[in-house]
Amino acid sequence: MNAPMNLKPRMNPGDQRDGAIREKLVVVGNGMAGCRAVEEILARDGVRYAITIFGAEPRVNYNRIMLSPVLAGEKRFDEIVINPVAWYEDNAITLVSGDAVVAIDRAAKTVTAASGRVEPYDRLLLATGSDPFIIPVPGKDLAGVVTFRDLDDVDKMVAAAEKGGAAVVIGGGLLGLEAAHGLSLRGMNVTVIHLMPTLMERQLDEAAGWLLKAELEARGQTILTGADTAEILGADGHVAGVRLKDGREIPADIVVMAVGIRPATALAKSAGLAVERGIVVDDHMVTSDPAIMAVGECVQHRGACYGLVAPLWDMCRALADAATEADSAKGYTGSVTSTKLKVSGIDLFSAGDFSGGDGAEDIVMRDAARGLYKRVVVKDGRLVGAVLYGDTADGGWYFDLLKRGEDISAIREALIFGQAFASGGTQLDPNAAVAALSDDAEICGCNGVSKGTVVACINGGAATLDAVRGTCKASASCGSCTGLVESLLALTLGDEYGGERAEKTLCKCTSFTHGEVRRHIVEKGLRAIPQVMQELHWSTPDGCASCRPALNYYLLCALPGEYVDDQQSRFVNERMHANIQKDGTYSVVPRMWGGLTNPRELRAIADVVEKFNAPMVKVTGGQRLDIFGIKKEDLPAVWADLNAAGMVSGHAYGKSLRTVKTCVGSEWCRFGTQDSTGLGVKIEHMTWGSWMPHKFKIAVSGCPRNCAEATIKDFGVICVDSGYELMVGGNGGIKLRGTDLLCKVATEVEAMEVCAAFIQLYREQAYYLERTAPWIERVGLEAVKSALFDDPEAVAALARRFHFSQSFMQDDPWAKRAAGADAQLHQHLAEVRPFPAAQMESAK
Amino acid sequence: MIGDWLDIGPVGQIAPGNARTLPVRRGDGTLIHEIAIFHTSDNRFHALVNRCPHKAGPLSQGIVHGSVVTCPLHSWNISLKTGEALGEGAEERGACVPIIPLKVDAGRIYLLRSAVMGGATPSARAA
Ligand code: SRM
Ligand SMILES: Cc1cc2nc3c(=O)[nH]c(=O)nc-3n(C[C@H](O)[C@H](O)[C@H](O)COP(=O)(O)OP(=O)(O)OC[C@H]3O[C@@H](n4cnc5c(N)ncnc54)[C@H](O)[C@@H]3O)c2cc1C
Ligand code: SF4
Ligand code: FES
Repeated sequence: MNAPMNLKPRMNPGDQRDGAIREKLVVVGNGMAGCRAVEEILARDGVRYAITIFGAEPRVNYNRIMLSPVLAGEKRFDEIVINPVAWYEDNAITLVSGDAVVAIDRAAKTVTAASGRVEPYDRLLLATGSDPFIIPVPGKDLAGVVTFRDLDDVDKMVAAAEKGGAAVVIGGGLLGLEAAHGLSLRGMNVTVIHLMPTLMERQLDEAAGWLLKAELEARGQTILTGADTAEILGADGHVAGVRLKDGREIPADIVVMAVGIRPATALAKSAGLAVERGIVVDDHMVTSDPAIMAVGECVQHRGACYGLVAPLWDMCRALADAATEADSAKGYTGSVTSTKLKVSGIDLFSAGDFSGGDGAEDIVMRDAARGLYKRVVVKDGRLVGAVLYGDTADGGWYFDLLKRGEDISAIREALIFGQAFASGGTQLDPNAAVAALSDDAEICGCNGVSKGTVVACINGGAATLDAVRGTCKASASCGSCTGLVESLLALTLGDEYGGERAEKTLCKCTSFTHGEVRRHIVEKGLRAIPQVMQELHWSTPDGCASCRPALNYYLLCALPGEYVDDQQSRFVNERMHANIQKDGTYSVVPRMWGGLTNPRELRAIADVVEKFNAPMVKVTGGQRLDIFGIKKEDLPAVWADLNAAGMVSGHAYGKSLRTVKTCVGSEWCRFGTQDSTGLGVKIEHMTWGSWMPHKFKIAVSGCPRNCAEATIKDFGVICVDSGYELMVGGNGGIKLRGTDLLCKVATEVEAMEVCAAFIQLYREQAYYLERTAPWIERVGLEAVKSALFDDPEAVAALARRFHFSQSFMQDDPWAKRAAGADAQLHQHLAEVRPFPAAQMESAK
Repeated sequence: MIGDWLDIGPVGQIAPGNARTLPVRRGDGTLIHEIAIFHTSDNRFHALVNRCPHKAGPLSQGIVHGSVVTCPLHSWNISLKTGEALGEGAEERGACVPIIPLKVDAGRIYLLRSAVMGGATPSARAA
């Protein structure tokens, strides 16, 4: 079927119709929309037009979307043909395939093909589809770089796969992932390179994108998100690999470019038709020339271009109505689309608008055990969007609700459970539904706890959710049955059930407390924020400003050196490595080890103050200097100057080690018992850069006169003649708390070891935004002491974990920024000045 | 692009979950206002005047979640779609920041020129 064809129709196109000559309809594009339009026209009026179809591809019309199963080896080409040769013959259609139309003469009403063939028309239909977009990187023209649009592309990929080796797919959208799947089934080692952090970001949210990525990785594909292609590498004119902008190189025997499509408008444009993004058409698919119609992916209708087939069918109906002057010619009004990914074993559905917020309300359901994520978005009582992962059985139902735009308020509560539940007349009151369950109905799937057991445990005195979790383990694992257990508490205890959890949940997005979340992260080995949200059944798609920073910290603490910090989950100060001020500028505090400084540092600070016109410089309560009023654009330059004088970030902005205050100590002071200044400097070198649940302050005083105020610090050292008294849990701040004595040691080495161990215990156990003072009040000093000293190995083990984590942390964030990292955080996007001609200049 | 919409460049300039700023100046260089353009994690774009209705905090520097930004200064939650403060507090109710109409076309971001130039359209509630 690959040779050019020129099918001669059985009927003569010049045939008479009621004595009149038939009008000549020429179709450019023998693809899905062009042929469907012809079918629709023939169904309305079989004799009105003498039809000629030009196709650039040397074959009959086939179902393009099934190229994915062909690539995957699940279908053969002959199984995906829509219109076989006989169809053209039976309908007296002249098919000119393998010959692209290259020009339209609108005055003469003819088209000219590449072969030189000229064909006159009365009506012309453009159905040229789309062209794959090729990113303009060096190497894009090498042999072995292919797109994924037609059968020839599939043939090239299959041929490459037969030789085996590695494939790189650029683009993690629908098309790219289907290509990757096919190539991987054919035995290639596949890497997907995707620019955005989320796969299929146009259809999926972060949560579903993460699940998809995890599944594809489990199948052996390598998925690189946030990866930008710099160059396609070649050897002897053939592709050999891909280099990313961050320098990584991935070897490849074939590179598939699947980064998007552009409506194929070149022909229409050169004929002078109105073309914007696509060929502009009206509701009857007529272009700016009344004799020329257009349909399919090449058109732009009411501002929209489509890349899926469903809209084409509606367009073709409207077009045929108009082209045959059918009475019912209503016209095309646009389409709502839905997406499914055709990768076997992955169920994924997305439709409509799923950007949450304002009037729009998210309903999220997650079932970690079954790998399920469902999100529906309701606005003004109507369903406006849906994302389903893992079970798409209800996709059609949601899509229908969405398109009909009916009021769904009546089934709002049950909507997320799907059609069977919502329309099955099931009691909508959750308590009533739970009351109706039999005693042996399973409540908690993770721990296999039945309703009877939970009720017995409540009757046995477990009057709160925590008590139930503690006694019979129901809802203690993934938490998805929390609602059911709470219903049982309400039903069993009646008015006695206060409904209050003993401890507050981490935030409104979850039913778990900080402690439970921390424990689950460690026990389940969770490794990423979207994974925690999925496994612990977060009720929002991407969390909130409270839980994101907390989860980021918990993961960072649990996975030193492995977890990749999520910048978007950091409060502004930690993202900008400076303290935001009320006017939006920043303050900059360089580290001064133990409060010591020297002429070089002071000179550098003085120079920065002058060079950047800083309106104020101040000695802080933490024994160092604070430079105020720096604009975010100037921060990297300020840091570069401070770095040059040997100074690093003071982390005055971080939930991290702040300062180590010292006094002069035995070096100078007449009362000094030990070298408190020296010890403070050593401790600061050991602890700087560490992330903590909250800020952490240390001080070392040379004698009990305590000039460094060590007894209101998170960790304080009071030097005495016989050694060092180590004090913990002090707080100045809002609620004053003096330290407790933790222990007394004889040497500096021991003091530092206990300091490291205590910090690590705090890092591992405290809740996010809980300083040491409230942490110790909560767990009790005895518990802290026993965690450190009961087991003689504990201090060493904790200290080792702290040092291991520090080996990844002690790396000045300012130096990286000064060298150009994350420059976009500091630069304006551009600047607008309305004069002279309202044009813009890039600020860069 | 000429006409009503001002082309401010490709979508790739703003990472998801992030915002970037666009100062708008008079010919003499004085600032009319600064616009914050947000890219949410579900891949939508919104533009607001970069001034929290509470005490003028730079919203561009807040944490973005859903289509809401939490102001970096005192944690008010501001809707990226309407500019309204979402809290229930007496001060928050009715407070709102002007939004700048935005559209994305063929991978580029466009802002409504009249709103950019200072004639910011009032948000949903004020209208
Ligand atoms: C600059 C400084 C004041 C000064 O000019 O001296 C300061 C400034 C701020 N402090 Fe402080 N604190 C400063 C020393 C202190 C001290 C004294 C000390 O460290 O010895 C305390 C009491 C001791 C303590 O922490 O226990 C202190 C207790 C607080 C608190 C209350 C903490 C608490 O647990 O109750 C806050 C609020 C918070 O962190 O949530 C706070 C928060 C702040 C913030 C970060 C407020 C904010 O969120 O914007 C201020 C940032 C200003 C800036 O841009 O730099 N600052 N702050 C001091 C910086 C020290 C440094 O070199 O890093
Ligand atoms: C691999 C793959 C998987 C897909 N999966 C899905 C899916 O799951 N769901 C979905 O809804 N959509 C899917 N699509 C998209 C769907 O295939 C398109 O929306 C649909 O094919 C568009 O139809 P069309 O007629 O506008 O364009 P096409 O089907 O591309 O037809 C256009 C035809 O015109 C020809 N042509 C172009 N210029 C000329 C010229 N000057 N002269 C002569 N002929 C010309 C082209 O060669 C082509 O054959 C997929 C696409 C691909 C490539
Ligand atoms: S005491 Fe209050 S006003 Fe002064 S720096 Fe600290 S937080 Fe700011
Ligand atoms: S300025 Fe935004 S919350 Fe105060």
